[in-house]
Amino acid sequence: MKPAPFTYHCPETLGEALELLARLENVRVLAGGQSLMPMLNLRLVAPDHLVDLGRIEELVGIEQTADGLALGAMTTQRAIERSALVRERCPLLSEAIEHVGHQQTRNRGTIGGSLCHLDPAAELPLVAAALDATLVAVSKSGQRRIRFADFPAGYLTSQLRHDEIVTRVEFPALRAGTGWAFVELARRPADFAIAAAAALLTVDSADTIRDARIAVGGLGPAPLRIAAAEQALIGQKYRDGLLASAGAAVAACPAEGDALYPSDYRRELAGVMAKRALEKAAGRARSAAYV
Amino acid sequence: MSKHRIKLTVNGSPQEHEIESRTHLADFLRHELGLTGTHIGCEHGVCGACTVLVDGASARACLMLAVQANGRSIETIEGVAAPDGALHPIQAALADHHGLQCGYCTPGVVMTLIELQRETGRRQLDEPEVRRALSGNLCRCTGYQGIVDAALALFGSKT
Repeated sequence: MKPAPFTYHCPETLGEALELLARLENVRVLAGGQSLMPMLNLRLVAPDHLVDLGRIEELVGIEQTADGLALGAMTTQRAIERSALVRERCPLLSEAIEHVGHQQTRNRGTIGGSLCHLDPAAELPLVAAALDATLVAVSKSGQRRIRFADFPAGYLTSQLRHDEIVTRVEFPALRAGTGWAFVELARRPADFAIAAAAALLTVDSADTIRDARIAVGGLGPAPLRIAAAEQALIGQKYRDGLLASAGAAVAACPAEGDALYPSDYRRELAGVMAKRALEKAAGRARSAAYV
Repeated sequence: MSKHRIKLTVNGSPQEHEIESRTHLADFLRHELGLTGTHIGCEHGVCGACTVLVDGASARACLMLAVQANGRSIETIEGVAAPDGALHPIQAALADHHGLQCGYCTPGVVMTLIELQRETGRRQLDEPEVRRALSGNLCRCTGYQGIVDAALALFGSKT
């Protein structure tokens, strides 16, 4: 099918884009188009206006900040995949990006677009949840910082206002002695994950877990940190079987089922993914802690 | 609805056309320029049949508006063989290894492999790398083995 008619706008500055959003009705913002274009082609959405951010150079770039990494919202997934700075400062993001789409879609798909589209099974929102990322949203009337945990408002819906654009995504650096891992299960490589997990584990030189973060995706409308699983680990001395208890806490969380994957299967699988992510993160944390 | 005048380069030749805002790049190439080698399979970014190169980077032509190609350089399957009709080495390898049958997915496969070849240069690739690169191109005839064999014959280590 073909998109319904719309008026296309191609601002060259952020200011022009914000002006358009403030003025126009029934607008969609076009980032990389790898989710919005299918929705337009299938006529799942039929905006009167499309505002393309593709020519706004100030929205592209990867930079090191005092406490981590900041990415312009229009930075492509491919640029993230190739960035040595991302590998060094935010290795969880590098590990996850391998699972995002195909090279043909990563060449155009952007981090800001993925976070705003909020597909329940998408990798980048899960990484943003695990790392407690901050989004910078700008409108004509000002700018605000939004913790990613507060960003989703429902299925494929963020709390972004219609006149706002996400311009920047900030990821805090990992504490010393922190291991990371991203794992997912999909029927074929690059398919949407049935369940995915991201884990961060900080282990000190006495082998005590100082901090744990576990986020899972695919269970509900948006990725979630699982506090019960994190609490099962923090303060504990590392031992065999400990991580399985965190996996069990994840598997006890409610999950939505669909025609292909019933909720029990998804819950079980989320527990397995969480345990595998934790094992991988623990291996990395413990080898880092003894350096 | 809006109309736009776009200037771009397609297979090295400059083009200037007026198009409707909602026309996607694959339809522009096929209907306006008559370059019907870029095939449309699913038209929502899943099958990879419409893969073209945009400023050298592979992209789904159904997931990009023609107006977004303004000022860009597009390469399609029509620009791949030599002017005298001699096949590109990737096309020849696909023919030699039974890497195509009905041919519907082949233009997308060729464009993906051209990007892979340019990016990896002389470095030898292993089978997982080749399969990962091809994961965005669906083929219903070959079971992929012939395509992978062709790619490995060109840029793999023969073991």
